[in-house]
Amino acid sequence: METTNMQNRLDDLFKRKKHGILSVFYTAGFPYLEDTVRIAEELEQAGADMIEIGIPFSDPIADGPVIQHSNNVAIGNGITLGIIFQQVEVIRKTVQLPIVLMGYLNPVMQFGMEKFVSECSRTGVDGVILPDLPVDEYVHRYKQLFEHYAVRFSFLITPTTSEERIRLLDACSSGFIYAVAASGTTGVRGAFTSDQQVYFHRLKEMQLKNPFMVGFGISTHATFNEACRYGSGVIIGSAFIQALAENVQVSGFIHAVRPK
Amino acid sequence: MMRYNVDLNGYYGDFGGAFIPELLHANIEELRQTYLTILNDESFQKEFIQLLRDYAGRPTPLYFASRLSEKYHARIYLKREDLCHTGAHKINNTIGQILLARRLNKQKIIAETGAGQHGVATATVCALMGMHCTVYMGQLDMERQHPNVERMKLLGATVVPVTSGNRTLKDATNEAMRHWINHPKDTHYIIGSVVGPHPYPDMVARFQSVISQEMKYQLTEKEGNPYPDYVIACVGGGSNAAGCFYHYLDDEQVNLVGVEAAGKGVNTGQSAATTALGKPGILHGSKTLLMQTNDGQVIEPYSISAGLDYPGIGPLHANLHKTGRVEFIHATDDEAMKAGLELCRMEGIIPAVESAHALAALSKLSFDNDDVVVVNLSGRGDKDLETYIRWNMKQ
Repeated sequence: METTNMQNRLDDLFKRKKHGILSVFYTAGFPYLEDTVRIAEELEQAGADMIEIGIPFSDPIADGPVIQHSNNVAIGNGITLGIIFQQVEVIRKTVQLPIVLMGYLNPVMQFGMEKFVSECSRTGVDGVILPDLPVDEYVHRYKQLFEHYAVRFSFLITPTTSEERIRLLDACSSGFIYAVAASGTTGVRGAFTSDQQVYFHRLKEMQLKNPFMVGFGISTHATFNEACRYGSGVIIGSAFIQALAENVQVSGFIHAVRPK
Repeated sequence: MMRYNVDLNGYYGDFGGAFIPELLHANIEELRQTYLTILNDESFQKEFIQLLRDYAGRPTPLYFASRLSEKYHARIYLKREDLCHTGAHKINNTIGQILLARRLNKQKIIAETGAGQHGVATATVCALMGMHCTVYMGQLDMERQHPNVERMKLLGATVVPVTSGNRTLKDATNEAMRHWINHPKDTHYIIGSVVGPHPYPDMVARFQSVISQEMKYQLTEKEGNPYPDYVIACVGGGSNAAGCFYHYLDDEQVNLVGVEAAGKGVNTGQSAATTALGKPGILHGSKTLLMQTNDGQVIEPYSISAGLDYPGIGPLHANLHKTGRVEFIHATDDEAMKAGLELCRMEGIIPAVESAHALAALSKLSFDNDDVVVVNLSGRGDKDLETYIRWNMKQ
């Protein structure tokens, strides 16, 4: 297990770029099983800064209808974590962007956490987000493992997270911290409310250890720009997956959110 | 002495915990910090006990079933939770949780329901307290438990059909959790079973524990001894079982038996027998036994009984299974329906199809003549008339 001092693409990205980072989330194995690779390649060509690949789960309780649907289709297509790692290996032959895997804990638990993290390291996954893994469980059981393999781990914070808890989650996160824009499930929403602006401002003022990325509900050039005023960048998920379902070109979507 | 109650971290042995996205953290943390203080508060206890007595009709009778006793060569009692207001034990928990919700200043209530009994019990207490009620119910369950859908509507609740997954209890629970994530501030989620993130399993078990509390003094009156030889209950998520086992967990001389739904047979792929088919996993916020594929996708369960049609069990029961404190057996659709009809004909009681699974255990266990056996008759069968009629026609 000789893995320290490994280069991590997330670290490089956040060192190099402080503002306007565009991260795109999509579900592995959707719309078709083999699309995981194609979409990653097209995202890099279209100028995305970072890729988040969703690990499908049968019961995604934090997700709205769009991501639920993509999970069901992907599971029906036969996606598994084993296949996802094979696909990441193929992606890594050409794609240099940081890759983050995001998903619910149960599929990872059945795969085995140690095997999961070592596969992340072997195939070139830079970071992991498991929204239903409790922070104390992470600290006591898995933090060392992630550090050993130089795989970053990001926690979520929300508008209802207390300042004290934000500090805790920031201290336990590495790479970046995921600032959920609104208290709700994933899915497209309109312009930010004044409450949301106050929350983003508060986060910015806190000067967290990690850069923060804003996600949940962001779909347009306007919300992208607004969120970038506060955080290092933006994560777009449901809107992109909806576009994939409607056969919209990846490059067209990216340029609409962040014109060249 | 072994302890079976929840520990300070919200675990029952290896099972339990609170595996929730950060979006629910504030709500769950508020419950965790306040539930014991509220439950132990004198004014809460007074109101809770009074409503259980005057509104729900407690204590429920412990009925000596003489004809069943003769047939199975034991002294068989039925704990008549079916005589509770709304027709099942579910009201014990909803009264407790609505009183808790009021003390947390929540204005709106959501719930999931399978057979509709928990939905009806929730709609009932919401009407009683003048609170807004939304119940999520799988579309398939809405069809097979139609009378309960109408009852909920009559009581003023909004029933939301859930069309994801198998359109049953698991999917209704997903949708209720999503609603709560989207409305965290003004809403309390009344979970109907001993499932979900800590402190729900412990909270619901405490509210249901009134069942075994009554059994102890009722058995003392009738048998001169609070300890039966067997307590038998059906297990879906496991709330009625938790309630009738609760005060006997540390009394090892009492055999506790949980009966799961085997559907068309444990190995037919159409079953809900979690302890036979499940392995440790995470669903609806807790680590428990779960029916799932090798890849960790939850397997859709099947049972003729909408209330037992759930791919997991409460973490308390997962631990009781692992430690061997409770013997888990299972009954198929046919075995349960036969046992249900037998109760109709021999004792003049139409049981819920869920409770009929517990009755099916009588022919699977062997008793001594003087064994005292309590079967928890968790609900009545009015809602299941269609199921009984259709099953009878097939015979």
